[in-house]
Amino acid sequence: MTLTTRTGDTTRTSASRTSARRTRRTTPPEQPAIPQGKGGTGGYWLYLLPGFVLLLIIVLIPLGWNVYLTFQKWRGVRAPEFIGLENWQKLFTDDAFWTSFSNSVWMILAMVVVPTILGLLVAALLFDVIGRKFGGKVGSFLRATYYLPQILPVVVAGIVIGWIVRPDSDGALNQMLGWFGIPDVDWLGRMPSALIVLMVVMVWVQLGYPVVIFMAALQRVDPELYEAAELDGANWIQRFRAITVSIIRPEIFVVTLTCTIAALKVFGPVYVITRGGPAGATLVPSYYAYQEFFTKRNIGYGATIATVLTIVVVIVSIIFIRVQNSVEQKERAGL
Amino acid sequence: MSATTATVTGKSGRTGTPRPRGGMTRRRPVDWLLLALVVAGGILVLVPFYLVLVNSFKSPVDYATSGPLALPHELDFTGIAKFWERVNFPEKVWNSILISGVVSVLAVLISMLNAFAIGIGRVRGRTWIVLLFLMANLLPQEALLYPLYYMFKSVGLYDNIWSVIIVFTVIQAAFGTYLLSSVYGTFPKEVLEAASLDGAGRWQILWWVVFPISRPTLSVLLIFFFIWTWNEFLIPLTFLASNANQTVPVAISVLQGDRLMDVTTTSASALLGIIPTLIFFLIFQRTLTRGITAGAVK
Repeated sequence: MTLTTRTGDTTRTSASRTSARRTRRTTPPEQPAIPQGKGGTGGYWLYLLPGFVLLLIIVLIPLGWNVYLTFQKWRGVRAPEFIGLENWQKLFTDDAFWTSFSNSVWMILAMVVVPTILGLLVAALLFDVIGRKFGGKVGSFLRATYYLPQILPVVVAGIVIGWIVRPDSDGALNQMLGWFGIPDVDWLGRMPSALIVLMVVMVWVQLGYPVVIFMAALQRVDPELYEAAELDGANWIQRFRAITVSIIRPEIFVVTLTCTIAALKVFGPVYVITRGGPAGATLVPSYYAYQEFFTKRNIGYGATIATVLTIVVVIVSIIFIRVQNSVEQKERAGL
Repeated sequence: MSATTATVTGKSGRTGTPRPRGGMTRRRPVDWLLLALVVAGGILVLVPFYLVLVNSFKSPVDYATSGPLALPHELDFTGIAKFWERVNFPEKVWNSILISGVVSVLAVLISMLNAFAIGIGRVRGRTWIVLLFLMANLLPQEALLYPLYYMFKSVGLYDNIWSVIIVFTVIQAAFGTYLLSSVYGTFPKEVLEAASLDGAGRWQILWWVVFPISRPTLSVLLIFFFIWTWNEFLIPLTFLASNANQTVPVAISVLQGDRLMDVTTTSASALLGIIPTLIFFLIFQRTLTRGITAGAVK
């Protein structure tokens, strides 16, 4: 019961935000919520201590060390050797590096653009048409269906699709195409089919996430709004643009941000399906860094690729948060 | 219980199925067409599951003669048995349960301590502290990979499940701190004041007031951490080298491409990877689909 109300409120952002602001106004922001007797506020740092020490050892120190490694030549055995910016210079002439980042663009297409657009359409259809005219049961059953691939470990999802596109005549896809007289295709052994297979896996896995988030967001929409628009003669596409998209814009931001970061970091599917092949054509940054670390043992260079990826992730997050804030401000000014 | 939500619940009375209203529930032909479209998409999503399910129970001969779409002529468990024994599946499941279970409990505990200091204690500079934890969760794991690998090797934790437990406790707790801090930031002040007037110290307030009231949120976090850790791949792959320590996703993936994996055994390996998460999904389905939306907008 409590759970229902809690999520009921979190989806309605603006309402919960204003109420949060209201409670804060009653308590000065620098005052703890518990009235202070002796001891002051300093004692609260003790509660942060375990979490902070762990963060320092497991995240902050390795992160700094990794940046330091970018200036080293190190094969993991003897002492590292300082080489200045050599690793960084190498990036500019390294085709594999540029391939890996341009494949990130394809991953963003497969994990962000396509699932968000399809997810919007599916969520709107499920909510506006199917939920309304065929009952909520049908709607939530279909929602669960679309969500199903999301629960799999992403490597298992990769193995499932990888199994379907096995080369030779024992691959399921090749067998089915064989019924139409199409000869066997080595799906993973050539481009662009290897990249397309990877992208299909990612769309399959990702689609359920926007569908579920957007459907939850649509609970905020007053159904009378749709009915009023329908009576006024607005067609489905007009209602979709004017009502659906504008109301769930905060969720669209969150979904695109989290999925873009996930797309930049993608590793598992590439590891299990193509291993970056054929001939490095499906390399992605994280798999390339992994290869440099543990296969080729160019640790300094692997660290450099990982650092570039980190910088890109940080920049993308900052841009998203900035854009979201400015859009929110504009909306507030417009009101 | 209702105290936590009192401050934030508004008019959330409307639940999933709106009452049918006159005229608007009339099904036009175009509605049937749209339903067919969405159902067709759903079937497309399910096809890979169907293929893996039916082909895991076929013998290679049956597969070769009847093709991938047909149901098996007779149930054949050799593919599953072969893979089960080859990876010692129960051992992998136990490793995954142990790692995910310990991580989720420890990470919830640390998230709670952090969030208590940030959301209720309102320590100075808390906006930056929350941002720091959030960044720690967003970072690509490759940026920590080699230093951590080196560190664990030098302290003798390499190829030990505790290395993975420690790393994920920190990474999941970073997200938990971020989420829970904003939840505790709106914690009803009256309840805290009342407890304080009754003479409870901070530690007592945390355990006797804050913990029980926020338990629904904590349990959602616990389930999330469990499943996220179960699904993790890169770090277990790197730090758990020997077979006996591997998790389910790692054990399944390292055998792909193995010469001994014929077509139905590979299908069985995918099926065995799907089953545990399917079980979690069925158990936690309600909490999960609601929880994701809770995490979304914070």
